[in-house]
Amino acid sequence: MINEGMVNISYIIATVLFILALGGLSNQETARRGNWYGITGMAIALIATIFSENVTANFDKLIVAMLIGGTVGIILARRVQMTQMPELVAILHSLVGLAAVAVGYANFMGHGGGDLTGVEITIHDIETYLGILIGAVTFSGSVIAFGKLSGRISGNPLLLPARHWLNLVILLGSIYYGYEFVVQSAAGGGITPLLIMTALALLFGIHMVMAIGGADMPVVVSMLNSYSGWAASATGFMLGNDLLIVTGALVGSSGAILSYIMCRAMNRKFLNVIAGGFGTGGGTTASSDGEDQGEVAPIEPLETAELLANAKEVMIIPGYGMAVAQAQHTVFEITKTLREKGVNVRFGIHPVAGRMPGHMNVLLAEAKVPYDIVFEMDEVNDDFPDVDVSVVIGANDIVNPSALTDPDSPIAGMPVLECWKGTTSIVLKRSMATGYAGVQNPLFFLENTRMLFGDAKATLDEVLKAL
Amino acid sequence: MKIGVPRENFPGEARVATTPEVAAQLMKLGYDVAVESGAGAKANFSDEAYREAGCEVVDQAANLWSQSDIVMKVRAPDDEEAARVRADQTVISFLWPAQNPELLEKLTASGATAMAMDSVPRISRAQKMDALSSMANIAGYRAVIEAAQHFGRFFTGQITAAGKVPPAKVLVIGAGVAGLAAIGAAKSMGAIVRSFDTRPEVKEQIESMDAEFLMLDFEDDEDGSGEGGYAKVMSEEFIKAEMELFAEQAKDVDIIITTALIPGKPAPRLITAETARSMKDGSVIVDLAAEQGGNCELTVPGEVTVIDGVTIIGYTDLPSRLAAQSSQLYATNLRHLLTDMTPEKDGNAVVDFEDEVIRGATVCKGGETTWPPPAPKLSAAPAKPAPAPAPVAAPVEEKKSILGPIVGMVVAGIALLGLGAVAPPSFMAHFTVFVLACFVGYMVIWNVTAALHTPLMSVTNAISSIIIIGALLQISSPDKLIMWIAVATAGVTAVNIAGGFAVTRRMLEMFRK
Repeated sequence: MINEGMVNISYIIATVLFILALGGLSNQETARRGNWYGITGMAIALIATIFSENVTANFDKLIVAMLIGGTVGIILARRVQMTQMPELVAILHSLVGLAAVAVGYANFMGHGGGDLTGVEITIHDIETYLGILIGAVTFSGSVIAFGKLSGRISGNPLLLPARHWLNLVILLGSIYYGYEFVVQSAAGGGITPLLIMTALALLFGIHMVMAIGGADMPVVVSMLNSYSGWAASATGFMLGNDLLIVTGALVGSSGAILSYIMCRAMNRKFLNVIAGGFGTGGGTTASSDGEDQGEVAPIEPLETAELLANAKEVMIIPGYGMAVAQAQHTVFEITKTLREKGVNVRFGIHPVAGRMPGHMNVLLAEAKVPYDIVFEMDEVNDDFPDVDVSVVIGANDIVNPSALTDPDSPIAGMPVLECWKGTTSIVLKRSMATGYAGVQNPLFFLENTRMLFGDAKATLDEVLKAL
Repeated sequence: MKIGVPRENFPGEARVATTPEVAAQLMKLGYDVAVESGAGAKANFSDEAYREAGCEVVDQAANLWSQSDIVMKVRAPDDEEAARVRADQTVISFLWPAQNPELLEKLTASGATAMAMDSVPRISRAQKMDALSSMANIAGYRAVIEAAQHFGRFFTGQITAAGKVPPAKVLVIGAGVAGLAAIGAAKSMGAIVRSFDTRPEVKEQIESMDAEFLMLDFEDDEDGSGEGGYAKVMSEEFIKAEMELFAEQAKDVDIIITTALIPGKPAPRLITAETARSMKDGSVIVDLAAEQGGNCELTVPGEVTVIDGVTIIGYTDLPSRLAAQSSQLYATNLRHLLTDMTPEKDGNAVVDFEDEVIRGATVCKGGETTWPPPAPKLSAAPAKPAPAPAPVAAPVEEKKSILGPIVGMVVAGIALLGLGAVAPPSFMAHFTVFVLACFVGYMVIWNVTAALHTPLMSVTNAISSIIIIGALLQISSPDKLIMWIAVATAGVTAVNIAGGFAVTRRMLEMFRK
């Protein structure tokens, strides 16, 4: 049995290890070590808690539950394909939300704050209430996000006519029932307002994510990441446990910063993303740009191979389409072949390429592309005038020149990869359809752009063969 | 449908409207192709070669005309040919409807559809059928060859055992397609090339060919660009300054190639007799505008004259002097036009007036004159380079973002003070920890590299399942319901812990140098 002080020390060690785990991710070399810090921290915290005075019975059930859960988790982690990472992350977020709700209810039913008095009871009730609220929103939102990312639910934003009013009504309802809960809880009851609030929060989570279009998914995933942290933090307040508070706050601020970075990469306001409706809202203004912009010049895989082989500087710009087509391995084979021929092949990654932050990096890493030839947008954008061939694979909005030139465009002001400044751009696309933002892309009609139509994997295989 | 390609009757014309190679491609569009015997002889395409490509070779021009649905020619039909045109026929060739109103009238009266390759609008989509550019390109190249033929010296400078050879100096006036082609050809032969044009936007193009752009010291920045990327008539002062420049240059250079043309106008007189005479003996002037009257006062169209030791070449058939090349390019231009007219690839040509290019090229159809066409929507003038990345929304944001944070901070400050006033110390202790942790998180996360954002999310996800501690604290509860909820929670979060860390590890393993 470990006494209270030792438990606290263990918690402090765990906290420090968690901070080191996040800090380790600042570069690829230290990242693996960082993950071990995280695992160690988690193990210390668990062991200290399990052997503390607070856990006295039911060890058997606990061990069985954790073994089952752990096995499921490891199987999931082994099985998941790298292109499905966003879905996995989303569904894991929902589990944290679910846990927060469950812990909140259990705590309320067990009258965890029984020995408190006066204002402390009120504060404790509010903490419980908030913990469940955030947990429920995280849970339902993550489930919907999972559905959207895995294609089980349409990626199009669902726009109810009075959606802002609906959100406002839910917010006011939550506040009202919060008040009711505090009042009734003081009198020994309170389960009814708590249940109603939970239903409202679940509804809000569903509605919020349903209204967000596919292109904004990176923001949503990182936002839910943040929520899961805040839910843990609120639970920590409820239980008076500093480890939960600190860890939750770390995760919460991490997710918040990621959301901010993603919003900045799309030149959008966080609130606008949450309010939803991107992808159709700009449709009317975009249609004026959609007029016949001229003719696109198609190209064959054979010519593409020739262009690539004769180039000195090649920039590959992957997008979600590469993930869909599972083309990353072929891309790397091409890269390897070209590099052997002395062609300088680099990758330019836009911050919002893919469906969650850093998605493209993970895919390329999976295909064994060395990370020192993978660059961020800001690192390579000035180099484009020297690039002979840019290969855009399944990306659209992130290489749209109208973001810089057309102030009326829905994506105006969004930083983009300026591949049109190079000698030639080859765009791999299945058709001439617009990207998630629903904006026509003038890049396709430029004189130095060639379109390589077809499934990215199939066409790239042909290119590779020709090389 | 059957395409007929007659032999060109015009004296000295060596080109032919299709080559065996292009004819084969036309057949792929579903057409039958018939060629008059000897049509390609002067351009080195034998009847045999056409037969091998699958064409029918017809002996008599009259026969060919009578059996063809589409007749493709280079030169405009002469009187005899115009008389053969039937109402259900389509004639495609250079027609120059502005210069040949009588021919246009005859063709209209015949009821046939006539398409003028010279009327194809200059829009980017139609570049592949722009026969004028193809021909101008050849003319520019050939002009340099002709000049070299009559110029008694090397173009390139050499230092040999027998002494030093200075490079030839070439002045190209007018840097359109022909001018640029001439610059390229002269440059590749080693000459020093200078060029002048009234349109300032071609300066870049001239310099891109490695030639020197002659600046005109002129006060008003007069822009010589007219509609469709062609030049327009300049003011009198401008022309005067221009002529002075040429007079001065003429004394220095060895070869002058003039290509100045203004659509629908006689060619501007840029080289006066006096200027031409002032050139060094042995110098050459090639006047590509000879057919439109010539840029040089001394030019005799179609002839080579020598005046005071200066050779003046006024050939009007330069493309025809490179017949194999020009036939091939012209035939390809025609094929592109027919490809656009045959969307179904079934050998049936459709004259679709909705198509801007076809509308522009068609000068008469069904007994009605359809020339001149309505003005094209787009100019081929070099598209203005994309304006510098406009900081679209930035200034607006800056303005309103001054008040916002201040108000926010004040409100937050008051709220915190209010909280501090009522909250018990135990809560404040936790709250302090919370705020500090947020801050630490903020500082740490900014250092995370963008490439590792996905592992960051999965690892934070694993860490956030520290919420399992809540379940652990409840699992020993005597209340069965609470106990089972806690067990379930522990199981669910265990998925998260194991899954989150394992997948992070898997991802990080993949990142390698």
